Amino acid sequence: MAAQKSLLHTSGLTIGYQSGRNKTKAVSGPLDLDLYAGQLICLLGPNGCGKSTLLRTISGLQHPLKGEIELEGKNIKQLRPAQVAKKISLVLTDNVRSGNLDVYSLISLGRYPHSGWLGVLTASDKQIINQAVEATGTGEFLGRKVDSLSDGECQKVMLARAMAQDTPLIILDEPTAHLDLPSRIQLMRLLHQLAKETNKAILLSTHELDLALQVADQIWLMSRGGHLDAGLPEELILNGAFQHAFDKDGIAFDAATGTFNIHNAGKKTISVTGDGIAAFWTKKALIRSGFSISSAEEENLVVSVSRDGEDSIWTIHHNSEQTTYTTLCEFLNAL
Amino acid sequence: MNKIKVLILLSILLVAFLLDIALGSVHIPLKEVIKALFNPDSGNDTWVYIIEKIRVPKALTAIIVGCGLSVSGLQMQTLFRNPLAGPEVLGVTAGASLGVALVMLSAGSITSLYTIKELGISGSWLIILVSSLGAGLIMLLIVSISSSLKDNVIVLIVGVMIGSITFSVISIWQYFSTPELIKDYLLWTFGSLGGVTGSQLLILSIVVSIGLLISFLSSKLLDALLLGDNYARSMGLTVKRARILIIGSTSILAGGITAFCGPIGFIGIAVPHLARALFNTSSHRVLIPACCLIGTVLMLICDIVSQISGSQTVLPINVITSLVGAPVVIWIIVGSTKLKGF
Repeated sequence: MAAQKSLLHTSGLTIGYQSGRNKTKAVSGPLDLDLYAGQLICLLGPNGCGKSTLLRTISGLQHPLKGEIELEGKNIKQLRPAQVAKKISLVLTDNVRSGNLDVYSLISLGRYPHSGWLGVLTASDKQIINQAVEATGTGEFLGRKVDSLSDGECQKVMLARAMAQDTPLIILDEPTAHLDLPSRIQLMRLLHQLAKETNKAILLSTHELDLALQVADQIWLMSRGGHLDAGLPEELILNGAFQHAFDKDGIAFDAATGTFNIHNAGKKTISVTGDGIAAFWTKKALIRSGFSISSAEEENLVVSVSRDGEDSIWTIHHNSEQTTYTTLCEFLNAL
Repeated sequence: MNKIKVLILLSILLVAFLLDIALGSVHIPLKEVIKALFNPDSGNDTWVYIIEKIRVPKALTAIIVGCGLSVSGLQMQTLFRNPLAGPEVLGVTAGASLGVALVMLSAGSITSLYTIKELGISGSWLIILVSSLGAGLIMLLIVSISSSLKDNVIVLIVGVMIGSITFSVISIWQYFSTPELIKDYLLWTFGSLGGVTGSQLLILSIVVSIGLLISFLSSKLLDALLLGDNYARSMGLTVKRARILIIGSTSILAGGITAFCGPIGFIGIAVPHLARALFNTSSHRVLIPACCLIGTVLMLICDIVSQISGSQTVLPINVITSLVGAPVVIWIIVGSTKLKGF
């Protein structure tokens, strides 16, 4: 990585906002960050820690309080808005469903920084638009009005617009918010693919921890105080940054599974024997019902999960008594 | 497809223009109208006089008003991202009226059709300038309010309130003037296309042409603003500069027209929607000329209706534009389930 020139570099960047006359409130900083072409970077962090402020500052919508942002080696302050627009495109949370826009017109607005004074599209503009449409799979919506799109479709269309802007860096502010699970996965997969195939750098903020861990090349992890850790997802798990960032009562990040535990450790202990998917989900159900799972075989409450043809059966061994159940529900009720 | 629509609109425009000249308290046959337009020396002197001095200026004024108000309404709807924005709704015409009243009162007179007619050329320029300034001030005020209020409906209500305050101030001034002048003022508020002739018509057409030109040249900026300020900025638009340009041209259009014709309602709000529906686009490069065409046709038709054929009575133009425009506004409100999210 060191040999590659960074696309965007911040040095001593302090972000924040105006909180009254001549007063500023710093949210985070100083930050020294680097962004490289072809990377997908996920910005994670709890609500209100300053993710949007960071993205807005990097994209030039908001001034930094201190420090410098360099875009391809040039200080962003010295670039005109039109020049920045050729380098950075955005997908924001702003509402765009207005003004009688149809999907094709909206996507072609992406050519805005490249087109002439009246905004007439040339053949090469149209070709780039078509490529963006193809890459994002938005071809089937083209004739529709923007306000008839679902949230997931709308996000894809906004991504297509950013692609049409044809910038080396795309920044997305919470693109997965309001989307259902399949759309979220689809979008993240699409972004991952785009970063690899088009060699664009993609920076996005999200709350989808598990998806981010799977697709991100880099994670920028912000904690409530504005502290930011950057690194490979696995690095951040191993060095305890995740546990620290989401440190809140009753919530623990489980480095073993890469997920958060919502349940407090149960008072009763139980041991589960048996393998496979059925045993895995049985453990989950037991934890939800307030048990802690013990790996010791000598517990006086043991359940064995076994197969009976196509179906699973659950057998409770308690003080040398055995009872067998054919459904998980019956088994849980009996405990 | 669009070419056919434009051709149809142009032919309706031509017919409406001729009818508007032919019809009125004195009915002039269409044949004579055409004759008088192309060969004024032949034919009936009285008719030629009526056509040249009254009917043609009035029809031209209708065209100017139709173009100017529609385009100013379109620009406001895009700038505020609000389907119900328009010069009269957001108090811009009220601001213009305040400017006009200010000039009249400081001259020891009162705003009226007749005093405007008495103005010389320099007076005409002055009144357009002040009226545009009044319109611009109100627009700046609403823009600054709307940036802190995210709710479109509230911005509309604030606009209506600012309009009411402005008209109240004018009314208080009216209260201290003589009854005859109040009557004059009331007539002016009904709106009229008939008061603009000669040098004033020339001045008004110059002012509106400049406004329309600026507006057409900023059509790319308007397109970018459709996605809101943040997206516009991310596409390289200097939002502040674009806003000043748009507010400027809107103020010139709405202010100039209001100064000479009174506050004419509903054209500014309704025509942009008709243009969007007819041409099925959001591109201002198409919408601005479309608004001019449709606005012109609509104003000419309103003017034809207002001078009930063969009768001496002329209905105020504002009454007719409201009759035509208000149903369109209702259609917009009913049709737009997401009014707040425009």
